[in-house]
Amino acid sequence: MPKDVAVVGVGQSAFVRGYPGSIRELAFEAFREAMQDAAITVKDVGASIVCSAPEYDKQRTPSGLIAEYLGLIPQPTFIVENVCSSSTSGIRVAYSLIKSGLHDVVVVLGFQKMSEITSQDSQERMGRGADIMFESPFGTLMPAYYAMHARGHFSKYGSTEEDLALIRVKAAGYGVLNEKAVYRKAVTLEQAMEAGPVCSPLKVFDCCANADGASCVILASADKAKEISKEPVYILGMGAASAPMNVTGRSTFSGLDCAKLAGQEAYEMAGVGPQDIDVAEVHDCFTIAEMMAYEALGFAEPGKGPELIRNRETYKEGKIPVNVDGGLLSKGHPIGATGGSQVRTIVLQLRDKAGAIQVPGAEIGLVHNIGGVGIYGNVIIFGR
Amino acid sequence: MGFERFGSKSFTSQAKVAEFVDYLDKGELAYTKCRTCSQAYFPPRADCANCLGNDMEWIAFKGNGKIVTFTHTMYAPTGFEADAPYTIVVVELDGLKVLGRMNKEVPVDTLSVGMSVKVEIVKLPDGQVTYEFLPA
Repeated sequence: MPKDVAVVGVGQSAFVRGYPGSIRELAFEAFREAMQDAAITVKDVGASIVCSAPEYDKQRTPSGLIAEYLGLIPQPTFIVENVCSSSTSGIRVAYSLIKSGLHDVVVVLGFQKMSEITSQDSQERMGRGADIMFESPFGTLMPAYYAMHARGHFSKYGSTEEDLALIRVKAAGYGVLNEKAVYRKAVTLEQAMEAGPVCSPLKVFDCCANADGASCVILASADKAKEISKEPVYILGMGAASAPMNVTGRSTFSGLDCAKLAGQEAYEMAGVGPQDIDVAEVHDCFTIAEMMAYEALGFAEPGKGPELIRNRETYKEGKIPVNVDGGLLSKGHPIGATGGSQVRTIVLQLRDKAGAIQVPGAEIGLVHNIGGVGIYGNVIIFGR
Repeated sequence: MGFERFGSKSFTSQAKVAEFVDYLDKGELAYTKCRTCSQAYFPPRADCANCLGNDMEWIAFKGNGKIVTFTHTMYAPTGFEADAPYTIVVVELDGLKVLGRMNKEVPVDTLSVGMSVKVEIVKLPDGQVTYEFLPA
């Protein structure tokens, strides 16, 4: 179990609709919190990695602008982008920068001001998040792809719309407790089941909330972490994989291969298995995405994911608590910030500082962050 | 040039596989197959990722396919608003998977995974050309 790189600071802005400030100011909110958490100064930082999906940015090449506003000039800075999994990809790069010895401390800043562009522009970009030659000409869109996976899962395993609704009910219950979540209302099973259709079988409450937000994760070498931090949280394992963007190249519609591969790699590196995970944050941009994550990560056998949620095993008191911060479904999903926000939740859990959502005695946590509809998969395992 | 004629709204004009549109004009949906290593591709490719070759032959799909998965969308990206709602489907055809739309007249509640479908070429009034699926 390697313990070469640690998280020494985490921060997150509130995830909100229509952030009343600029992207640099949004980024600073997460940065300030992470720097205060790490109790370091900008002079301690060796490099910064800025993560955002550029299709939502008006600002071109935002890394320079953000790094300047954060006071991280003249250190090197660059952007890492993998759509919804950008900030965990940033963490993967930070890990390699630190482990190689190039830098001791690296800041990973993820942000997205989804409201920066008009809703129409956003809709236009949404259509091009697929293979523009052979998929986009049919008017494909993100929820349609996840909906086709829901249909695939239902058809193969007999899972139901109600199983997915139960996932939303769980997320909403925890969203109520999360001051930084954009959606803070409870959702009943009836409300989730009766919500209007989006892309069948997915309905309104099966889809995550849109939000503006920023996250910041500060990583350091083990030696540096011991020097500056009273409660470092180590990266024990990481896995990453990709799958064909055009879904006709996928082997299955009942799961995401990239998540499964990334999970296996992360477990192997950490020397742990699914049964060792005390708390997990998975990429629930849609309810079906959480269901598939249960199975990809081995929390349930393939096809047995519905039993986990029916038996409340993914609640805080269950066998494997998942997304007890409300998940993307209730927190919101500011593309570039999402992975960093998931990491923040796990780090707070492992420090025993997660407040109302604390899983007692959590020692090993997992983050599963997916880019596109299963194009890019990152899994990171953390421990004290 | 030539590929911009694929679909009611295309995002690409130049492609080495623009012959795809010529096949649609002839009433056929076609894929490519590497003459060197026999790897078949849909979407069609000009280059073989298996053997790095680029000697491809075009083959028209034959026969019926089976629905792998589908969704009926109430929302559409910019440029497709007038089409919504519509049904997007993935079909297994001659051992390959193909993504497209179901014919608009086919009610979504008559569809199921595994159902047999056939492909039909659609020539749009503005000169664009595409394909869709119908129950077989």
